[in-house]
Amino acid sequence: MAATNQKNVADKTYARIENADLIEVGWKICVPAKADADAFLKAFDPNKPWLLFGAGKKGQLLVGSWWTNGGEFAGLNEMFKLYKAANPDVEIVNAAIAGGAGTNFKGQLLTQLLGGVAPDTFQLHAGLEVETYNPPTLVVPVDDVYKSANLEAAFPKDLLTLLKYKDGHYYGVPVNIHRANVLWYNKALFTKAGITKAPETWDEFFATADKLKAAGITPVALGGKDGFELQHTFETILVGTLGADGYRGLWTGKTSWKDAKVTDALNTFKKYITYANADHDALSWASATALLINGKAAMNIMGDWANGEFTAAKFTDYGWAPTPGSKGIYDALSDSFALPAKAPNVDNAKAWLALAGSKAAQEKFNPAKGSICARTDCDPALFNAYLQSAISDWKVNAIVPSVVHGAAATPSWASKGYSDPVVLFASTGDVAKAQAALVAAAAAAGFPQ
Amino acid sequence: MSPKHRNWERVVSILLLLPSILALGIFVYAFIAWTGYISLAKWDSAAPDFTFVGLRNFEHLFIGDGTDAIRFRYDLRNMVGFTAFFLLSCIIIGFGLAVLLDQRVRGEAVFRSIFLFPMAVSFIVTGVAWRWMLTPGEANDPVGVNIIFTQLGLKNLQSTWFTDPTIAYLSPDSGVGAILNSIGLGFLTTKDFGYPLAITSLVIAAMWQLSGYTMALYLAGLRSVPDELREAARMDGASEVQVYRHIILPLLQPVTLSVVIILGHISLKIFDLVVSMTGPGPGFATDVPAYNMWKTTFDATLFSQGAAIGLVLLVLVAILIIPYLRYSIRAEAQV
Repeated sequence: MAATNQKNVADKTYARIENADLIEVGWKICVPAKADADAFLKAFDPNKPWLLFGAGKKGQLLVGSWWTNGGEFAGLNEMFKLYKAANPDVEIVNAAIAGGAGTNFKGQLLTQLLGGVAPDTFQLHAGLEVETYNPPTLVVPVDDVYKSANLEAAFPKDLLTLLKYKDGHYYGVPVNIHRANVLWYNKALFTKAGITKAPETWDEFFATADKLKAAGITPVALGGKDGFELQHTFETILVGTLGADGYRGLWTGKTSWKDAKVTDALNTFKKYITYANADHDALSWASATALLINGKAAMNIMGDWANGEFTAAKFTDYGWAPTPGSKGIYDALSDSFALPAKAPNVDNAKAWLALAGSKAAQEKFNPAKGSICARTDCDPALFNAYLQSAISDWKVNAIVPSVVHGAAATPSWASKGYSDPVVLFASTGDVAKAQAALVAAAAAAGFPQ
Repeated sequence: MSPKHRNWERVVSILLLLPSILALGIFVYAFIAWTGYISLAKWDSAAPDFTFVGLRNFEHLFIGDGTDAIRFRYDLRNMVGFTAFFLLSCIIIGFGLAVLLDQRVRGEAVFRSIFLFPMAVSFIVTGVAWRWMLTPGEANDPVGVNIIFTQLGLKNLQSTWFTDPTIAYLSPDSGVGAILNSIGLGFLTTKDFGYPLAITSLVIAAMWQLSGYTMALYLAGLRSVPDELREAARMDGASEVQVYRHIILPLLQPVTLSVVIILGHISLKIFDLVVSMTGPGPGFATDVPAYNMWKTTFDATLFSQGAAIGLVLLVLVAILIIPYLRYSIRAEAQV
């Protein structure tokens, strides 16, 4: 069988056998020499039945991700091409499941991993999201890839700190970096309201917002349909109010959630919502971005995937700045690839991980996806104007982990302890209660205040 | 028939039933037991942890003022509000349509199909479609249904639909509220016992989908009422209203019971419609237990907490179903 299928790779007149029990009349098949057949059966692993079908001499590479549309899919395909060129004997299987931020993929993957079935590698937000997979039980360290591909020299120090799990190992190789703390604005509306520069502090922000309001313009475009938009905005406010060290400390127990600055951040958030479009609870982040594109609202806080929406809509009259108070800080999230403990083709997976960390792959992937390289040595000329500014910031800024996007805290803290009080707060505006709930969440996560 | 033969038949019938009994035992009851076991454990990360923690996970849901407890109370409130209005509107509209169709109108089959069609659509599709229609837009820049209202000059009818964060509840300052407070029922005058206006949008979508089905049930019921009874009532001088009030409605009681049970258990477990249409909503105004269970289990990896929510949901559905089962088993026994 393997002989026939291998023959099929070079000569399509040979049949490709997909089902071991089925050979049809009229198929041209290749009978191996006895020595070959003996060798094949001896090396054959009944636990890896797909090898029977000669997926390539070296088997398959199953890549799990939630990249299924637009730029992200194009980027992934570029990586597949590179991999195929370097490993022609491996068949790549794209095991992607659609769904923004991996909501569908993660649930499915976790069920599979718990059941003992694993892809060879899968997409993972870098940082504490790895705890979803209980390292090192379901995923295993990839330190040797870091060593062989010399990745420690390629990534910024702050990123390495973020990637290193508390047991001192790396569990994923990052391919890209997104920035969460970006304030986008519509230049035409700014000009109309007589505003000349983007606000740098929250006081300036609200002064700007008042000017816009006076000019009859909705100051802030906000989405809230999926809840995460609100949590995302509040996260950037925390970053801007507490600074890099203060914000980092929130997730390590060094900064108390009882801090007066958290109270300030809650008050700022409350005020921020009052400047937003009235229907914010009905809109997704992309619809909120569309308000800015269509000139219906002037400012929007969103991660730099919004830049992809601008490009897709051929909208160029926008400006950007770090969210108020967060100049010099890069609130980062990163997609990485991890290695499951039960990966069927470990060698293929490791080759993939090394590729994911390489300059060649990152330079192909990121311009398509609309993110920047995790490496610091990519050629900026390949990227658009916004991304170029992000690249220069990435090299010098303090890097802090995004909580909403899986980097800063364990899943239970990030998607319940932190997020539920923020959703409640956005509707009640009860600062004291929200802060108490956030304190309780930190305590539940193991950081009593 | 010889006794030997009869024994053999009994053996065969048991053998035939055995596979489904085993399958039910494993895939329904064993898993319920497993969920119950998990709900008493401390499994709150991806790593299975079966340390016994007693009723801690249930305490989280029911006791205190933690965010989990608040959210779960809101879930129950939303579920009750949704179920009540959904059942009521389906029964009224379904019965109304059935009565109209029962007048032997021309093209009855066409109308029947039109009213039944929505049922063939999945809740996901319904949810997405109604989400598009009920997305409000801004007051001066409406979208969806709100555009229609504006164009028709009915601007006052514009609503914020499922984004409305308003909770209607008895104010403690009102007359009734004061009375409740004075007799120690003050807890009824909180938002935990209110009705979130956003739920109405869900009710509209679910009603659109299932009132046709209710109509079909009632229509079958109406057709089974013998004409002689109606004629006799009319002969006795009963008005049309009295015929329905005293003859037909009582005879339709079993149909109404079936409707309540079938729609009731759908609405208690409602999940897909919420996911595709509203999500948890502003301040959890449209969150329901099933949605919370899914989020808790798979997003936050709090498996034990999720199992606890699942069990509460099971108990709630059982409260609805078990009396019905007892009733129908007893009815069958009488036959």
